[in-house]
Amino acid sequence: MVKEEQEESSNRPDNTAFTQQRLPAWQPILSASIVIPMFLLIGAAFIGVGVALFITSRDIQLQELDYTGDDSEHPCFKCRTNTEKCTCSMTFSIPTLFKGPVFFYYGLTNYFQNQRKYGASKDDNQLYGDLNYFTSPSTDCDPYTRDSKNMPIVPCGALANSMFNDTFTLSHTVNGVQKIVPLDGKGIAWWTDYNIKYRNPSITPLINAFNGTKKPTNWPKPIYELDTTDVYNNGFINQDFLVWMRRAALPDFRKLYRRITHDDYAAGLPAGNYTLTIAYNYPVHSFNGKKKVVLSNVSWMGGKNDFLGIAYIVVGSMCVVMSVVMLIVYARFKFAEDV
Amino acid sequence: NAIKTSKYNLFSFLPLNLFEQFSRLANAYFLFLLILQLIPQISAVPWFTTAVPLLIVLSVSGVKDANDDINRHKQDKQVNNRKVKVLIHGELREERWMNIQVGDIIKLESNQFVPADLLLLSSSEPLNLIYVETAELDGETNLKVKQALTVTGEMGDNMDDLSAFRGELRCEPPNNRLDKFKGTLTVDGQQHGVDNDKILLRGCTVRNTEWCFGLVIFAGSDTKLMQNSGRTTFKRTRIDQLMNILVLCIFGFLATICAIMTVGHAVWEVNEGSAFTAFLPRQSGVDIPLSSFYAFWSYVIVLNTVVPISLYVSVEMIRLGNSFFIDWDRKMYYPKKDTPAQARTTTLNEELGQIKYIFSDKTGTLTQNIMTFNKCSINGRNYGRNLTPAASLHNKNTERVDFSWNQLADPKFVFHDYSLLKTMKEGNLEAQAFFRLLALCHTVMPEENLPGELNYQAQSPDEDALVTAARNFGFVFRSRTPESITVMEMGRKVTYELLAVLDFNNVRKRMSVIVRDPEGRMTLYCKGADTIIYERLHPSCSKLKDITTTHLNEYAGDGLRTLALAYKDLEKSYMERWLERHHEASTAIEGREDKLDVLYEDIETDLMLLGATAVEDKLQDGVPHTIEQLAKADIKIWVLTGDKQETAENIGYSCNMLREEMEIFVVTANTANESGRGATASYNKTQTVPDETVNGEYGLIINGHSLVRSCFRHQTVSVISESERRMQSLGSWSYTAYRSAYALQEDLELELLRTACMCKTVICCRVTPLQKAMVVELVKKYKQAITLAIGDGANDVSMIKAAHIGVGISGQEGMQAVLSSDFSFAQFRYLQRLLLVHGRWSYIRMCKFLQYFFYKNFSYTLVHFWYGFFCGFSAQTVYDDWFITMYNMVYTATSVLALGLFDQDVNDRWSFRYPQLYSPGQLNTFFSKKTFVRCVMVSTYTSLVLFFIPWAAMQDSVRGDGKDVADYQSFALSTQTSLMIVVSAQQMFLDTFYWTAINQFFLWGSIAAYLAITFTFFSNGLFFVFTSSFPFIGTARNSLKQPNVWLTMFLTCLLCVLPTVAFRFLHMQLRPTITDKKFSRKNKVRYKAREEGQPAPAPYRPPPRRVSTRRSSYAFSHSQGYGDLVTSRKFLRLKRRPSLFGRNQSPLVENQPQRYRTITEE
Repeated sequence: MVKEEQEESSNRPDNTAFTQQRLPAWQPILSASIVIPMFLLIGAAFIGVGVALFITSRDIQLQELDYTGDDSEHPCFKCRTNTEKCTCSMTFSIPTLFKGPVFFYYGLTNYFQNQRKYGASKDDNQLYGDLNYFTSPSTDCDPYTRDSKNMPIVPCGALANSMFNDTFTLSHTVNGVQKIVPLDGKGIAWWTDYNIKYRNPSITPLINAFNGTKKPTNWPKPIYELDTTDVYNNGFINQDFLVWMRRAALPDFRKLYRRITHDDYAAGLPAGNYTLTIAYNYPVHSFNGKKKVVLSNVSWMGGKNDFLGIAYIVVGSMCVVMSVVMLIVYARFKFAEDV
Repeated sequence: NAIKTSKYNLFSFLPLNLFEQFSRLANAYFLFLLILQLIPQISAVPWFTTAVPLLIVLSVSGVKDANDDINRHKQDKQVNNRKVKVLIHGELREERWMNIQVGDIIKLESNQFVPADLLLLSSSEPLNLIYVETAELDGETNLKVKQALTVTGEMGDNMDDLSAFRGELRCEPPNNRLDKFKGTLTVDGQQHGVDNDKILLRGCTVRNTEWCFGLVIFAGSDTKLMQNSGRTTFKRTRIDQLMNILVLCIFGFLATICAIMTVGHAVWEVNEGSAFTAFLPRQSGVDIPLSSFYAFWSYVIVLNTVVPISLYVSVEMIRLGNSFFIDWDRKMYYPKKDTPAQARTTTLNEELGQIKYIFSDKTGTLTQNIMTFNKCSINGRNYGRNLTPAASLHNKNTERVDFSWNQLADPKFVFHDYSLLKTMKEGNLEAQAFFRLLALCHTVMPEENLPGELNYQAQSPDEDALVTAARNFGFVFRSRTPESITVMEMGRKVTYELLAVLDFNNVRKRMSVIVRDPEGRMTLYCKGADTIIYERLHPSCSKLKDITTTHLNEYAGDGLRTLALAYKDLEKSYMERWLERHHEASTAIEGREDKLDVLYEDIETDLMLLGATAVEDKLQDGVPHTIEQLAKADIKIWVLTGDKQETAENIGYSCNMLREEMEIFVVTANTANESGRGATASYNKTQTVPDETVNGEYGLIINGHSLVRSCFRHQTVSVISESERRMQSLGSWSYTAYRSAYALQEDLELELLRTACMCKTVICCRVTPLQKAMVVELVKKYKQAITLAIGDGANDVSMIKAAHIGVGISGQEGMQAVLSSDFSFAQFRYLQRLLLVHGRWSYIRMCKFLQYFFYKNFSYTLVHFWYGFFCGFSAQTVYDDWFITMYNMVYTATSVLALGLFDQDVNDRWSFRYPQLYSPGQLNTFFSKKTFVRCVMVSTYTSLVLFFIPWAAMQDSVRGDGKDVADYQSFALSTQTSLMIVVSAQQMFLDTFYWTAINQFFLWGSIAAYLAITFTFFSNGLFFVFTSSFPFIGTARNSLKQPNVWLTMFLTCLLCVLPTVAFRFLHMQLRPTITDKKFSRKNKVRYKAREEGQPAPAPYRPPPRRVSTRRSSYAFSHSQGYGDLVTSRKFLRLKRRPSLFGRNQSPLVENQPQRYRTITEE
């Protein structure tokens, strides 16, 4: 009879777990036996990680030299407002061995590379070596698309135009003699930037590709002369250029300038006195920016940053405290209820 | 005659549909945004970030609209292609409906639909009558009569005459009034008036008429049916309204933060930007105010995602899905009628979880509208067994009495006590007299189409039940004439002479007949309310009276309708005199009623008690249980019925809505002379209730059809205030009131409502359909609560339309209620599943969905706001453009949809077991402005963490090989990845209670899709092809292998999620919600149940019935009985369809003999 009924009733809904909303399901609950141990566990783990991070970060050596020259005592003070070529040098000493590999950064503050218009002011196609965009760059680059004679600018845009152009030499005083520390300018940019995102046009010599174009107005020399010694570090794939073009997320930033990898210094910078000679070209005075040079080594978790370690420790401790609080609350309210 | 209900055709679809969609605020807003984005000065993000989602949204709703329209096209086509016979050039031809033109003459046959508005010319029936059913027009299933003009009727079916027919019809222009028509027909220079009686409207069905001819006067869209098919009012849920308000608030919020950013931009430009011009010169002509102005709009674009574009579409999809679950629910499928539940409106689901008031019809909704003769007491002996559903379950072996010996027995009649039959067969005189009375004393009309196939047409189902009982016990009422009644008494044909019918009315509450049997003995048979009969009994019956009273009490306790039966032998001389007086009185011109009453009083004395009957007004299955459950869920049930007070009250008791311990207030004011009595009587009752029941439940009955206009205003007020005073003085908060809607006057409205709302149950009797709607409107207006109306008949349509949610009982004959309802199912008891399970789930799902939706969008958008402070307020987005494009439509859309479709906090059994779980919905707990604000606060916190943790961690950070990692693209990637994880985890661990495979699939699928799409978009290949569109090349590869990036993201995520976990845990301990409590209990039970099997809900035990002093009274129909009619010769002379009573209709009006209605066979 049941069967008959089912045959007759064409409108009877299907009896599936889906239509009847009886799908098998897992129903997790925030029960005390899960939450409290979980907090305790997370707390412990966080404290552990935090301590490790903190210690690692502690061990990282860092030498920071502000060379803006705002202070009239500062050796670079004279260059501060100077528009001519100007060189200044600073000395500093390293008390103990600065473990290698040592990285040489320049830093800028109050510099808005993350400003939207500034960041957008470039032409990816042009930088990818597309010759069509050499003659007619994207209007994104305004007002650095064309110069006053309506010649297209390559590379166009504010971002390229404002490329950092201070140069540094670092010398080590060994027995009273200045010994230049060799700086390695290769391998400072991302592999993807160097190999994929930026490309020179496939014309040799490179200079021919730039016929009919102008260099950016602020640049002392055109892009194809950035590094005449090495074709693989010239033009759009010049690593200094790539580093600059990878714009910073925040207004205070530092960028990798060189690596110190030369045999003599592969193990690090020995203790001693050093002189930093700066070719001071880049104006920051107008917008109250600061320029600095940073020497640093790194650990597995990157450069020196105490924040992560401290944050982990704090969050971990809070978790432990929370778990205790929850245990007390649970004990007071729940057990009483059960009884 | 072609009609068109579809909106679009192939070519007009795109422009029209787009226009319609853009006239919605949200879509227009996004179109506006899209246009903004095309302006280069302010475009902060590429155009596709808005265009792609907008396109998806538009196409989803476009497909839905197209589908709807295709269905309409199909329907139109089907209707337009129906065939009908048209008279062309003197012969009949089949034509399609759409080819019919005004002026055509059409032949219709029985059961055909009327294709257009017709002037009836002639018909096969005498007097050119034709019967039509107008169910499609007004929902009334009874037949109506139309009559053609004699001039045209003479033509009959003579084709030549008809085709030669020339006439001119002048009439009013097409309009939508179904009950009015005015026109004149000029034939051969003579004018004939044409009114509504001669018009057949499109949508009617011809019944019981062999053929008829009609002249088309209005066709197609001019017909009254089409003129009437205006748009039904669009119901919006409360959450919809809240959502609209919130969206407006969000617009305000958006404007505010954009203004803040604009100010910030101006300040930055002055302080920093002007100094920074060496590197970023201003564009010519753009000074600070202008650039700030641009910044405002840029930020509008960047922050537009606080107004979620996919919100409306997702909400619609969730509702649609939940509606499908209702359609699919087998537990709401009624196998006997093969009717599944149906969600006819798919936009109201979550409101089902917020119902506070239910307005229910009685007949056909609570009851089956079937009366069964259940018990009787004959001469002090009780017959019949207890037949409540529970009892019948236990006594399955109780045998049905076999009536096969009686060839005239009704096979559907069921009785469960053999002893009565035995008594009958033994020839017990009292028993015979008892059934003789039942066979004689009534106003039922018999219908015997074939010999032995008797059908009774009764004015009320009670009478039918009683006469049928007599029939089965061997006293078969066979036929009647105005002067006689023929009864088969135990197989012997006896014809009684009917001397007088002392008819029923509300005051008399009894009915008598005086008959003379073939031997010449004259007897008065009387049946009526026990109290009334008892007053008129002969003193010798006192002993029997006591026994019968105990039986009556027992019946009343079972919720049965009782009648006392009595007789009186009359002396010839007395009778002759009485008959003379009767004749005199009935022909009197003045004071006829009064004189007759006196006469009746005179003769109905010294009656001999025979016994009592108990008729069960069969409730639908599970009604008391459902009502009890709904009451536990704190839903107030008001019964609005057109029935009379006693019936309604009785049903109230048998449905468990009223209980013995309740104190019942009755406000009744019928006609002027009656009102006082009713009110005072009930009032006295009130006074006698002892004060022990201080915290008991109270009842207030107000019979209302009476409380018309001003005359009883004073009284009502006094009764109400009096009862209120009592209620307050007793300090009790639960009351029950019977109430009825009357002409609701301004000052009384509130008073009425206040009293009524203090009561648990309210029953309004004798209300008209319009009053039903008024009551609903009243509650809607003053209570701000969600209302639901449930009914089955055309008289409930107004209330179904008025309530927030209308539910129709389907599977009944009239479909009108269903057609205007939002949800329909076959049985009242499914209501508890609809509300407690589906409604509750829908509500919780929708609330979770909305909370989550706003949460995810705010968290996502506010990060831009924080970033603004670090990027010179330049409207720089934090995320990759493609992430912005996909976030709402792809990455987070599906898993939140799964949440909105599949989540259940407790399963259906637990919802039934603890109806209290329903209450949060009524109080709007889960989604309100407050929760919205909380949600915004949480998301503000999340966005702060999301921005500032990476901000601090990235400061001066480098990769393990010393290269940059603090660049913009890496920052964007780690922030957006954290956001994805946080948003998923928040949902995963905290919002979803019910993890089905589908949820899991969508959640993990979303994260996987995010990673896959991110890596794809950041890949070399896409960069080669679309260089400028995918500048993030390589970011994922370079960043996501850095441990510090992962450590940062991990910290960010946990810092977002853990406080919420802790908060919820503590909240659950300190201030558990009802759900939490039940949930923890559930878990405990679950552990136990593992050994014992499923946690079966406690079986429903019907509440014990109490012996009560309450008595239901006579169950006649509402108005004056049909005694006059039965004795009227005119009536019986009608050749066809002799039995024509309306259910709610007063008896025939004699001067209009051809207009009557009938109950169609049920």
